Amino acid sequence: MAHFVKKRGKSSPEVSTASLPDIIFMLLFFFMVVTVLRDGERKVKVVVPQATQLQKLEQKSLVNHIWIGQPVDKYRDLYGTKPRIQLGDKFATENDIPLFLEQHKIKVPEPQRPRITSSLKVDGDVTMGIVTDVKTILRKSGQLKLNYSARPKQD
Amino acid sequence: MAKKSSRERMKNEINAGSMADIAFLLLIFFLVTTTIDVDKGITVKLPPWSDEPPEIQKLKTRNVFSVLVNAQDQLLVRGELADIDELRERAKEFIANPQRRDDLSTDPKNAIISLKNDRGTSYKQYVAVYNELKAAYDELWDEECQRLYGIPYSDDLPTAYKRAIKEKIPMVLSEAEPTNFGEE
Repeated sequence: MAHFVKKRGKSSPEVSTASLPDIIFMLLFFFMVVTVLRDGERKVKVVVPQATQLQKLEQKSLVNHIWIGQPVDKYRDLYGTKPRIQLGDKFATENDIPLFLEQHKIKVPEPQRPRITSSLKVDGDVTMGIVTDVKTILRKSGQLKLNYSARPKQD
Repeated sequence: MAKKSSRERMKNEINAGSMADIAFLLLIFFLVTTTIDVDKGITVKLPPWSDEPPEIQKLKTRNVFSVLVNAQDQLLVRGELADIDELRERAKEFIANPQRRDDLSTDPKNAIISLKNDRGTSYKQYVAVYNELKAAYDELWDEECQRLYGIPYSDDLPTAYKRAIKEKIPMVLSEAEPTNFGEE
């Protein structure tokens, strides 16, 4: 009995929290790695259409994005409601696309360049005219791998 | 006495209790800014550009499955009005031609799907049509894969298998220059 009392007096009842930072850091690193910081402001309204035969885009660094849609409300006064192209964080025309592709290409190591994919994020209500023009430009500049961005279909 | 106490103080560790708080703060920041959205879409390969007009190939009418989408998003499949819901089945039947009908393709290798749209066609409808045609091929590949290897078709399949299947049923989808009606 006396033995018990003595032992209880000695031990500290606190739980060690020394490993807590490590656990938190691990979570932190996980989220840091999976985070995609939004690159710039979306200037066009894009709601991509739905589809079923979807393929995942691998390796974010090999993908460049071309957005097509109506300018968002903020830019309506300046640019009207005609569908426009957004490259990076600014409005552009079809003629800016080759330069944009080239700028992306030089950042990619040479052996991986044939695997570069252009992701077309086009609003569902846009007419095909502007999309066709973009596709023609892409073909002319030798960017043949395309991905029509879409959402999985919910039944 | 004073010296001893100073040495004892030096032995003291840095209080790491606040470390967790700092890490938590960072963690919450990243939690909030994270958008785990995987980029998904329909992958296509465009034909290379050539300045000369393409050679006109003579094809048997039975080997061509023409799909036209007009500016009102209506479909004309092989010369008659059609609904998008039946497109997949019709395309599959056309490519595989299981009953050996003489108005459908002679062989999957010769089958050509020709897609033509208008500049006024909505992108939504275009993607829907493209999706159905792609689905027809995906389903046929899957059936072929099940028959040959007994496993479902997927992108992770060995390249040799994929090549064998695609040699039997190559995906030929030719897109014509769109007509110029009805653009806003």
